[in-house]
Amino acid sequence: MDDLLSEFLTETTENLEIVDIELVRFEADPSDQATLNNIFRLVHTVKGTCGFLGLPRLEGVAHAGETLLGKFRDHAIEVTPDLVTLTLRCVDRIKEIVAGLGETGVEPDGDDSALLADLHAAAEGKAAAPVAPPQPLRPARVGPNGERWDEDLQRFLRPGEVSLADLETAFRTTQRGADEAPAPRLPAGREAVKQAATAPAPFAAKARPEPDDEEAHGPRDPASQTIRVSVDVLENLMTMVSELVLTRNSLLQMVRTLNDSEFKTPLQRLSNITAELQDRVMKTRMQPVGGAWRKLPRIIRDICRDVGKKIELKLEGEAVELDRQVLELIKDPLTHMVRNSADHGIESPATRIMAGKPETGTIHLSARHEGGHIIIEIADDGAGLNTTRIRDKAVEKGLLTAAEAAALSDAQIHRFIFAPGFSTAAAVTNLSGRGVGMDVVKTNIEVIGGAIELHSVEGQGTTFRIQIPLTLAIVSALILGARGQRFAAPQTSVVELVRVGEGAEHKIDEINRLKVLRLRERLLPLIDLGEVLKLAPGLEGERAVHTVVVMQVGAARFGLVVDDVHDTEEIVVKPLASLLRGTPALSGATILGDGAVVVILDPNGLAATLGAARVEAAKAAHAPALLAQTGAEEKSLVLFLAGDGEKAAPMELVTRLEDVPCEKIERADGRAVLQYRGALMTILHPNGLHALAREGSQPLLVFAQDDFAFGLAVDRIVDVVRERVTFDLTADRPGLLGVSVIRGKATEVIDVSYYLAQAQAEWGDRRARRAVKGRLLLVDQSAFARNMLSPLLTAAGYQIEAVASVEDAWALNKRGDAFDAIMTDLDSDRQSAADFARRLSQDPLWGEAARVAFSGEAREAENFAEVVRKSDRAGLLAALDYALKTRRNAA
Amino acid sequence: MSKQACDYVTFEIAGRMFGTDVSTVHDVFRLEALTPVPLARPDVAGLLNLRGRIVTAVDARRRLGLAPREQGYAGAMAIGVERGGESYGLVVDRVGDVLRLDGEQFEETPASLDEGWREVSRGIFRLKGELLVELDMDRMLDAPAAATAV
Repeated sequence: MDDLLSEFLTETTENLEIVDIELVRFEADPSDQATLNNIFRLVHTVKGTCGFLGLPRLEGVAHAGETLLGKFRDHAIEVTPDLVTLTLRCVDRIKEIVAGLGETGVEPDGDDSALLADLHAAAEGKAAAPVAPPQPLRPARVGPNGERWDEDLQRFLRPGEVSLADLETAFRTTQRGADEAPAPRLPAGREAVKQAATAPAPFAAKARPEPDDEEAHGPRDPASQTIRVSVDVLENLMTMVSELVLTRNSLLQMVRTLNDSEFKTPLQRLSNITAELQDRVMKTRMQPVGGAWRKLPRIIRDICRDVGKKIELKLEGEAVELDRQVLELIKDPLTHMVRNSADHGIESPATRIMAGKPETGTIHLSARHEGGHIIIEIADDGAGLNTTRIRDKAVEKGLLTAAEAAALSDAQIHRFIFAPGFSTAAAVTNLSGRGVGMDVVKTNIEVIGGAIELHSVEGQGTTFRIQIPLTLAIVSALILGARGQRFAAPQTSVVELVRVGEGAEHKIDEINRLKVLRLRERLLPLIDLGEVLKLAPGLEGERAVHTVVVMQVGAARFGLVVDDVHDTEEIVVKPLASLLRGTPALSGATILGDGAVVVILDPNGLAATLGAARVEAAKAAHAPALLAQTGAEEKSLVLFLAGDGEKAAPMELVTRLEDVPCEKIERADGRAVLQYRGALMTILHPNGLHALAREGSQPLLVFAQDDFAFGLAVDRIVDVVRERVTFDLTADRPGLLGVSVIRGKATEVIDVSYYLAQAQAEWGDRRARRAVKGRLLLVDQSAFARNMLSPLLTAAGYQIEAVASVEDAWALNKRGDAFDAIMTDLDSDRQSAADFARRLSQDPLWGEAARVAFSGEAREAENFAEVVRKSDRAGLLAALDYALKTRRNAA
Repeated sequence: MSKQACDYVTFEIAGRMFGTDVSTVHDVFRLEALTPVPLARPDVAGLLNLRGRIVTAVDARRRLGLAPREQGYAGAMAIGVERGGESYGLVVDRVGDVLRLDGEQFEETPASLDEGWREVSRGIFRLKGELLVELDMDRMLDAPAAATAV
């Protein structure tokens, strides 16, 4: 294609995009002369140039459009939304022709007569309307072919030429666009521009401020300031700079080992220059994010017109720059999301008024820098996500069971909109809601190492927050070692490093085969890098000390267990060869300063290996506990799902957490048993045996005591937490201790003794037939302690009576109940415990009973045979055994 | 079938002679410091730094489902090729001379050739007392047919 033509096409395409935006702005404020002048100039330029290039069809359309715009400008006709739509149609036609030109190099065939007729009719018809045209400042002189007289040049304008006055206006309005960027500006100049913009004179530019504003002079000859460079040239340049950076890195590495080398100084200079060069070349690739937004005002306007909504699009931070490669990749996702917000988010004016909101909805799009990332937010004040509908849809699609769905928080449910093929749009409009959407958006963003989060409140709106890296080319990376191999992890995802293992402050726990790290009262799911990458074990064998690299991807946080952390290094990301693409958890490769090749880990891919549910669980664990009641005891609890909603069981009672294959559970006459550690174990489910998993694996809580064990089957083990347990509601059905607020959610705490009794009954009362070791009395005002200790001691072969107060205990005494041992809590009320013990020692009925006290700290207490910790199960049983034995011996 | 006379880089894989058109070969190099790629296709030997470029090394033996090399990759020879702007190295047992082979010696891949070999063969040259298989480099770098069929 002809150079001239291709340049014309590039320029025209850019200009048309501006015209789109300007027209929408102009429609909102028809008195804005500056905007109109800018539009006029752009269309005029198109017309002029195509006459010159011999493009009759394009010229015809542009000319008709220009005529109409001219009437607007001269106030000959009133601007109405219909007329703006007509103008936009004209612009669309121009785009169409330009696109055809771009493909074939010649104007495409087509009939513009209908459009032309409309444009002419609009220009003519309304021109006759009795809108008194205001007198121009001076009579416009018109040349023989309709050319305009230019005062500055003192001659008629040539076709395609733009008057200096118009140019001035254009520059002014272009600056207006940039005005919204947070660049420091002269307030006086801005005022003046505003005045100019609102001045009723047709030649607004005449009211311009004194030319002391140097910006007005700067771009007078834009052609000499900028050149067009093909993107390929920049890409090549970038690649070469990347190579230079690598070479520099290896040189630095070599010289580091030499003392007093004469290379040091020149190398330092080379290093600085390389860094600067890298910086500059990066800059050439940077483009304002506003470029990706250009189409949006027009899209919003069209949606408004099509579906009868009123939406204001607020753009903020258009000047924020990012790598053009990144920009290209986020353009479509952004457009899609804004379209979604307009189509699904913002309600119709009537609905909005009914909801007590302003008739016009707002979509606020903003971009800003934040610690090496760009944050883009899309916020609307619309209806918000319909949690119920998403929940139903997720269940309907089989993504989770109804019970699981009920247990998830709203925010967790909202994340399902990112699931593939997920769309809840009731009606599929021509704009969106076709089920290809948010999952693609999420993937596209994650591909470039970004992350997306959303926050939605029903009735108040939805905010999407996208975090994307500034550039993809050079990143700072942490070099890690696992099983003798080195890896690079992008520094932007790394939150902190924690040492674990022997002698370290932290250690790794295991819940349901998922390794976790308890870090500042948060439970962090762990991924063992060596395991997940299936690396061959290193020569040195299993390490005693590891490092956990805490990583954050979007809202998900996890720990990566590695052997060593070597260094941080600036690395140039190279894509993996095509035959390696799709390798999970790897995003590329790089050459380190020492010349070695290492693969780059993909934090998103790693997070995916954890499984969404586990990441969600970890996220939920971040939520601050809403309950911070004082006085109540802090307990370790296993949280699990079984039937409806989340349930909890005291961790102290649980011997193990297991996950067994379903087929291992055998059923016989209404019972379920499992071959477990060489014996048969009864399996129960809180909702009955029909609720057992039918395929895959069955999570179990195993409660074992001596040689008796039973398994409580649950749907899913969620987490282990430490919480203060206070029963806000007491149990109203068997098997339940009560309801407590755990992690801010009402959670049922199960009564283990109930299930124990059931298991024993099923087991043919084997336990019951065994000789009772002794009768125990437990006096403890904490219901939790009573309920926790009863099953434990029952299982150990004791008969137990538990009462809440000393008064209740004496009531039993009056009845004549005899006990072998009496246990009480020492910490809650030391005085009354001491009184109780003294009185016990003198009591004729209970004086001989062994007295055991519970205390949080190990110490001796007067009148008590033993003091044990409540959670020390083995210690308690040993103490009881010992106390009873000595008592019997004494007797 | 006639074929223009042309220069061939010859090499040996598991005791068999192979050749590939010299114009398709970028370079021949010795493997040093190979970085394994976790979870990759089994025939990917690893990545290496060849004068600042990252080269993906493909193990010819593994690609053809043969017993792996006894002596490991250190010091092994590789045939460097470029494909789609990416650099690959085919790890072979031994690199031989560059031979000028005549079209007259060329024959279609015989049906008697083992299926694994046939898939990557463009045809054979009958040399004195020996057969030389012309290797289809593109096929070698693609996943084995059996693997993609799964």
